[in-house]
Amino acid sequence: MQADPSKVKTEPVIFQHSRPGRGAFGQWPAAMPEAALADIPAALRRQSAPCLPEVSELDVVRHFTRLSQLNFSIDTHFYPLGSCTMKYNPKACNQYAMLPEFTGRHPLAPESQGQGFLACMYELQEMLKEVTGMRGVSLNPMAGAHGEFAGVAMIRAYHRARGDLRRNEIIVPEAAHGTNPATATMCGCTVREVPVDAHGDVVLDELRKAVGPNTAGIMLTNPSTLGVFERRIEDVERIVRDAGGLLYYDGANLNAILGKVRPGDMGFDVMHMNLHKTFSTPHGGGGPGAGAVGVAERLLPFMPIPVVGRDGDNYRWLGEKDLPQSIGRLSAFAGNAGVLLRAYIYMRMLGREGMQRVGEYSTLNANYLFKRLQSIGFDAAYPDRRASHEFILTLRRQARDLGVTAMDVAKRLLDYGFHAPTTYFPLLVPECLLIEPTETESKEALDGFVDAMAAILQEAATDAEQLKGAPYTMPVRRLDDVRAAKHLDLTWKPAA
Amino acid sequence: MPFIPHTEAEVRDMLATIGVPAIDNLFDEIPRNLRCDGLPGIPEALNEQEIGRLMSERAARDGRPICLLGAGAYEHHIPSAVWAITTRGEFYSAYTPYQAEASQGTLQSIYEYQTMMASLTGLEVSNATLYDGASAVAEAALMAVRAHRRSRSLRILVARTVHPHYRKVAISTAGNQGLRFEELPFERGTGITDPAALKAYEGQDITALVIQQPNFFGALEDVDALTDWAHANNMLVIAVVNPTSLALLKPPGQWGAKGADIAVGEGQPLGVPLSSGGPYFGFMTSRMEYVRQMPGRIVGRTVDLNGHEGFTLTLQAREQHIRRGKATSNICTNQGLLMTAATIYMSLMGPQGLARVAAACHARSAELVDRLTAVKGVRLAFNRPRFHEAVLLLDRPVQPVLQALQSAGVLGGFDLATDYPELGAALLVCATETRTSADIELCAAAFANVLRQVKHAS
Amino acid sequence: MTQVPGDLRFTKTHEWVRQLDNGMVEIGISDHAQHALGDLVFVEVPEDGRELAVGDACAVVESVKAASDVYAPVAGTVVAGNPALAAAPELVNQDCYGAGWLMRLQPANKDYAASLLAPADYESVLAAEGG
Repeated sequence: MQADPSKVKTEPVIFQHSRPGRGAFGQWPAAMPEAALADIPAALRRQSAPCLPEVSELDVVRHFTRLSQLNFSIDTHFYPLGSCTMKYNPKACNQYAMLPEFTGRHPLAPESQGQGFLACMYELQEMLKEVTGMRGVSLNPMAGAHGEFAGVAMIRAYHRARGDLRRNEIIVPEAAHGTNPATATMCGCTVREVPVDAHGDVVLDELRKAVGPNTAGIMLTNPSTLGVFERRIEDVERIVRDAGGLLYYDGANLNAILGKVRPGDMGFDVMHMNLHKTFSTPHGGGGPGAGAVGVAERLLPFMPIPVVGRDGDNYRWLGEKDLPQSIGRLSAFAGNAGVLLRAYIYMRMLGREGMQRVGEYSTLNANYLFKRLQSIGFDAAYPDRRASHEFILTLRRQARDLGVTAMDVAKRLLDYGFHAPTTYFPLLVPECLLIEPTETESKEALDGFVDAMAAILQEAATDAEQLKGAPYTMPVRRLDDVRAAKHLDLTWKPAA
Repeated sequence: MPFIPHTEAEVRDMLATIGVPAIDNLFDEIPRNLRCDGLPGIPEALNEQEIGRLMSERAARDGRPICLLGAGAYEHHIPSAVWAITTRGEFYSAYTPYQAEASQGTLQSIYEYQTMMASLTGLEVSNATLYDGASAVAEAALMAVRAHRRSRSLRILVARTVHPHYRKVAISTAGNQGLRFEELPFERGTGITDPAALKAYEGQDITALVIQQPNFFGALEDVDALTDWAHANNMLVIAVVNPTSLALLKPPGQWGAKGADIAVGEGQPLGVPLSSGGPYFGFMTSRMEYVRQMPGRIVGRTVDLNGHEGFTLTLQAREQHIRRGKATSNICTNQGLLMTAATIYMSLMGPQGLARVAAACHARSAELVDRLTAVKGVRLAFNRPRFHEAVLLLDRPVQPVLQALQSAGVLGGFDLATDYPELGAALLVCATETRTSADIELCAAAFANVLRQVKHAS
Repeated sequence: MTQVPGDLRFTKTHEWVRQLDNGMVEIGISDHAQHALGDLVFVEVPEDGRELAVGDACAVVESVKAASDVYAPVAGTVVAGNPALAAAPELVNQDCYGAGWLMRLQPANKDYAASLLAPADYESVLAAEGG
């Protein structure tokens, strides 16, 4: 597979398209006379122009269109990134969320001028309660990590409200996503890790030793970050509860159980959902997400505000007065409202049956890939378990015997037209690939992926050196990230 | 099933490969008693035609009145190209750029964005966005605590003229880590931070001072004096700024003798629609010396194996996926798509276009204030230069006036009664470049009409 | 084969300690640690005059894949951080026991070596970790 010269990245930074005096004039308002600014004190005026490009509208369109063409995306590539749930983002969600009356509405506009929008928000809250088995939902947090923050803050607030000020320790399985311990620290808690056994389940004896009067709660993902269902969840729950702790559910893997199991029924007190995963709002090159939180009865008073309430036919915001024990406001306004509208539209298009199919078909696709990849020679990290909606392969054997790492395979997959699976996570499994196909991929997409993996395995055996230099056909080859961190070049500067 | 492509034959084949008779068998590890039996509370599916109809009906219910609301979210003209390109599938449905070779489009956009934001704020380095302006203030306070070596305190001084929601979010977010936010009052006559109030804090160990410019009232703070005072008293300066205003106003990097240390704010004015409050994006820039304390993703330029230029996420060792419990923040997903829109917007506007927008906002708001204060019962609250917002005092309670204006199709402004009861009947009004003189005439007439009719409170 | 010089003392967290002629101690990270981190891109050393207790997080060594805390193996006052590391963090990779020293301390107690590991004991620690 030789490099295609037309694909080599040649698009310069936009500042290099600048020409003095050029601009997208049709977008600018009329100039004001200088006198219009006379009342601004000279000492507060800007003296030199900021470094923004001077380019025509066509320059801008061409530049950013060309940049977009350098990306992989769900719209163009199969993207089996474990724990990210890269399912199809329906165009309808964007189209109807961006109706001008929705995009044009000011966040502080009165509720009476937002009943249409608030109806969507209220119904979204209700649907999320139904699929999670939780008693209350706040749509406020703006990402999964933000939702985690809200969840842990609520747990802490709950204990403090009961006068139990000692409970500041959050238990986290060692396989947990990095946001979990980072969140605990942000909430002023300490983190205590418990080990996970060779089958991917929390070691109950270690958990019993870890809990005590300082335990605020435990943060769990189920199915876990290892792609397997925590079979003794009820035991875990009992141990933590008996010690006085609460249970937090990280909803990153909700796609695996949507319509089949509800976290509320599993006994969790609080959870967050990643609407940009399970409910298909766009990943957007890094965001925006939405990390709605769900709570059981005992945490209802602490929900972050605002929450949408209903008096008869009238929808309104519930704020500080309605929820005096709330952990407070987490965003300037109502969170990522436009993202919430997209999630609402998606859930309405799936409906009752569609939502059940999500869990079923994401699990079907994962188990199919799981079987096929093992049959062509890859090792599963947990071969005795069912895959949930994702699974882990380990390339430990190939790394030892052939010197080929998971990262090498990931990079080579790019040449075959597939975005790599997740490689840096989970930390517990050496040389791992965490693979999540999602339910929106067809059988032939999965088969194509298996064919590519088979070819790569063959290359690893016959020409490992070639493999280690991948990718070859992308806009850039592998990048020097040591240099990037050592010689920081974080903003463009004109040549001296 | 919408979006699920499998045919029955394919399902049969796949089950045979896996070696189970039915999909249900794939869930056999899950205890039976935990399985749920369907989701009766979820309504039946709507096809695209039906959901389109429903959403259009709901949108029509909300309508589009003329809006004089600012207070942290501003209506600006958004060129068509911004969202036409931003919603291209290659930007919209791309993931976080962890695999740099497959994400050069996103990564280069971020690098260009970082360049523009750093320059706009007069500072040296920018991250790739935070959630919004409010959470950015919280993150800035936490960053200041990490970065300020010679201060051991967790005390942050915040001007009361900083957006009330931002102050609340700062407490909700950073309070759990022990940060204490102490408020500085404002002068009643000018609406800006009272310099006399600073004396009480001189010689104390305080980590940072947070100032908003223009402040929540639209008034222009004495940023040079405040910055110099803070530095003289061993505090870092956190500037909360409006990006449009920075085309005209002195940027934080130029405040006082040494410039502010960290600048944050709400990026929504740069090409992001109002959409009931989100998604927006928070921006954060700072001096280079603090870059390792900065939360969020950062993109750097480097070279590939062939020596060609390329872009990659850098300084990731600070972030949650590596540093875990000791990360600078737990932030993972950010507001990437909005950053893309803002970068396209700033490219279309350029320095001249943005300056024109800012000037038009200033002129239109001056016009609005002139026309409204000509109405009997309305006067200007503060005697102070301002930018694109102003506080008006009414001779009667604000709520009934706003309701009456709403019936006339005008959203008259933001009632300050909840957040600033000390001002009495006060209304925050805003006009951007999108308010034409005709709009302003209409609003003035509506005000005059309402104030003639609504009973004067005795 | 990881290097473990015979004239130094070690900790379980991979710091080494060298006694200097003037009574001060020099501290760094071991060959095992620098290898595990990979190419260092940044090193943060404590400021002069800082008082440290045993176990205090006193420095940070950052590579592309990790940013690790360095824990004070000895209680004392910081006399100097290695000034060469600002421009050349790679010295820690190239010569971790020599030019890549991190800091020098004036120890608070004369018997600080008692709680440190002898080279053979540190090698046992490494063997147990599978390094």
